[in-house]
Amino acid sequence: MRLLNRPLNRVAGRLSRHRRRPLAGLLVMLLGLFFTGALYAAFAPASADKQNGTDDAEIAQGRELFLVGCAFCHGQNGEGITSQTGQLGPSLVGVGAAAVDFQVGTGRMPMVQPGQQAAVKDKVYTDDEVKALSAYVASLGPGPSIPTEDDYSIDHLSKDEQREAIVKGGQLFLANCSACHNFEGSGGAMPEGKKAPSLRKTSDKHLYEAMLTGPQQMDVFSNGNIAPEDKAAIIAYLNSIEENPGYGGFSLGGIGPVSEGMFAWLLGIGGLIGFAYWIAAHSARSEKTEHSEETPA
Amino acid sequence: MSTSANVGGSVASTNGKSPASAKKTGRGAKVVGWADERLGLATAAKKNLRKVFPDHWSFMLGEIALWSFVVLLITGVFLTFWFKPSMVEVQYFGSYAELNGMHMSEAFASTLDISFDVRGGLMVRQMHHWAAMLFIAAMLVHMMRVFLTGAFRKPREVNWIIGGVLILLGIVEGFAGYSLPDDLLSGTGMRIADGLVKATPVVGTYMSFFMFGGEFPGDDIIPRLYMAHILLIPGLILALIAAHMLLLVYHKHTQWPGPGRTEENVVGFPMLPVYMAKAGGFFFIVFGMCALMGGLLTINPVWKYGPYDPSKVTAGSQPDWYMGIAEGLLRIMPGWETHLWGHTLSWNIFLPGQILPVALLVTVLAWPFLEAWVTGDKREHHLLQRPRNAPGRTAFLSAMITLYGLLWAAGGNDVLAVLFHLNLNHITYFMRGAVFVIPVIVFIFTKRWCISLQRHDNEKLLHGYETGIIMRSAEGGYTERHLPISADSAYTLTARDRDQVFVPGSGVDANGVASKDGKLDGVRGKLSTALFADNMQKPTAQELEEAHHHADDEHAHEIEAGLDHSADGHQFDGRHPVDGEALRGDH
Repeated sequence: MRLLNRPLNRVAGRLSRHRRRPLAGLLVMLLGLFFTGALYAAFAPASADKQNGTDDAEIAQGRELFLVGCAFCHGQNGEGITSQTGQLGPSLVGVGAAAVDFQVGTGRMPMVQPGQQAAVKDKVYTDDEVKALSAYVASLGPGPSIPTEDDYSIDHLSKDEQREAIVKGGQLFLANCSACHNFEGSGGAMPEGKKAPSLRKTSDKHLYEAMLTGPQQMDVFSNGNIAPEDKAAIIAYLNSIEENPGYGGFSLGGIGPVSEGMFAWLLGIGGLIGFAYWIAAHSARSEKTEHSEETPA
Repeated sequence: MSTSANVGGSVASTNGKSPASAKKTGRGAKVVGWADERLGLATAAKKNLRKVFPDHWSFMLGEIALWSFVVLLITGVFLTFWFKPSMVEVQYFGSYAELNGMHMSEAFASTLDISFDVRGGLMVRQMHHWAAMLFIAAMLVHMMRVFLTGAFRKPREVNWIIGGVLILLGIVEGFAGYSLPDDLLSGTGMRIADGLVKATPVVGTYMSFFMFGGEFPGDDIIPRLYMAHILLIPGLILALIAAHMLLLVYHKHTQWPGPGRTEENVVGFPMLPVYMAKAGGFFFIVFGMCALMGGLLTINPVWKYGPYDPSKVTAGSQPDWYMGIAEGLLRIMPGWETHLWGHTLSWNIFLPGQILPVALLVTVLAWPFLEAWVTGDKREHHLLQRPRNAPGRTAFLSAMITLYGLLWAAGGNDVLAVLFHLNLNHITYFMRGAVFVIPVIVFIFTKRWCISLQRHDNEKLLHGYETGIIMRSAEGGYTERHLPISADSAYTLTARDRDQVFVPGSGVDANGVASKDGKLDGVRGKLSTALFADNMQKPTAQELEEAHHHADDEHAHEIEAGLDHSADGHQFDGRHPVDGEALRGDH
């Protein structure tokens, strides 16, 4: 150890002699900046254009579409517009391609009118246009990119692993999602006219993107919060209960005891009262005309 | 076919050629004879098999409740074979793959086993649940019928109260059963029950700890509820049903007024064979309806809710329908609390959870006594009243049904919000006002409606029914012909008492004997005015007489004027055939 320490000490001593020179501070600062930059480049989410291999032409096409369909609320450069009465549209810098793909891909955007919540409607843009818009918004700042099938599918797992994933996904779903989306994803109400939509007809990709970006009222379930494979497990659970046969028969909307009560009254009691009427109307007497006049109206 | 003739016991119903001869006693008769000599069945059966019941569809509503209770007993016994009322943690390895390997209570695991690994288990479980929903619903509908027709009046007040207690027990029984599977929804319900208990001032926390054997959820509640659900409450319900039916037999069934029907008799058909067949058949219909619903309609899919975990909840957490009004009360109650010396009084839960449901029940149960006190009527009543002839009572029930419906809707406010694209908060604010305002409007509306119907009855009595035949006079004016109603119909319409409004402070009773004024006479007078003062009374005999004379006079005038020829409309009323009139073919 001593043998090694001696030359190091000598180098340190030599460097130390220069530490009060005028240029030393500048040099240290430059070094600091260089390392910070290098670290940032190494760890920061790569910008979308590199990841998706999108080219400038696609971004340019997306910008054209953006200026026509989105800029009115989100600003010419996606910076968001704040009007006197409140925010017209939020800034899109850093929301990422996944957010665009979800909002535009499910028909929520462009909105028809401001409201509590963007309503789901028919898609306005073609898939290529959605891709171009996503590319453009992704170029505004780094954000989550559109997931691939490897992300939201568990097909690459073995059968046993898939089964385990579904069980785990069910637990995660009941712990994190059912409070708003209901126990089988039928959706539910939120305060002030907002609602958690039904998940029954939502595609796997959009489910994944929703968790990743937290659209509308939804929380963001970042990858640190729910890991990517757990997100896929939740999606797998939803698919699995959707694929299950209706074990108990018709699901009555899958919204719990309210519709059950409705059926008990309308079908059950209504039907049985109908039968009671039928039984009482069939008198034991042979001549019905004699009987029919007696029944009070 | 010839039942009525046989009961009348007039003549032989066959024209046999050979004389009757005593046959050798059959085997069946021997068995019956053996039993009768030891049990005395014949005497009891002789009377009861010939017991007469009147015929009307609304008299069969209580039967729905009875038969669905029988279905509950049958299916419930089936379920006890496999259900394990234990909160011991086990790992599930049954057929339902989505929960494979999960840790859960034994109660939940055995519910899953019944649903997926016992043959026919899910269907029986669902039948049991549907039958429970029908049981309580049928009791309520039956209660409404009894209320609307005044069948709770003397001597049936006690039976009315037994019925009310049965409904309360049915609800508690249903809630206990709903909580047994220990799934996410039932656990959420138990958490609310825990909150209700804890909201009791001073002793709430102690009661909750006593109930759950420690802090919620504890390990004891499922076995305790199981005991209540399969032993204690069904036992009480059975005993009360027996008392209810014995009183029914003792009081005899009420009947609608009509020719030949009085306060002293019952007109109808005997138990055997008519009602044996009708009631027995109805049991199979109720059983069939439960089986159909249990087989086709999913109820309480516990496998989707998953095992209870206090950290989880699901949107659309609602109780079964009969707890809906409690849920609604809780949901619309403002968050009122009082803090006293470091203790919190949760009015926001205590009032809607404990006070108001009990107050509603007590009001309904107390009605017969309230009404008897207001009317001062001490007579027995076996003839029913038509709902229109008790406008105040009918209006009260309509208001109560409205309140019930509003609270139901408030309990499902989230479902309504999603379904009709409404603002959840707005529904709550609306309901807070609506529960006070709308029942009052409905009360006034229903009362006036009943009085209008009474007025219409009087019209029919005095001026006859509307024939639908429009007569054109020589001058060109049009009038509708009214023809007198039949004597039977007139009897039925007039078979009711006149209402008497109680006037306080007269100092003498109806017989002119001095009586002292009660302290509450003022209240009684006001209630009496509110209930009876606006009612239409049936026409007096004199009025009817005059009306008939008037009609006869009119008729005489018509004859004089030569109007009474074959086209006066008589031939179309079905009772006055006119010879040679071929205007409408064979009519």
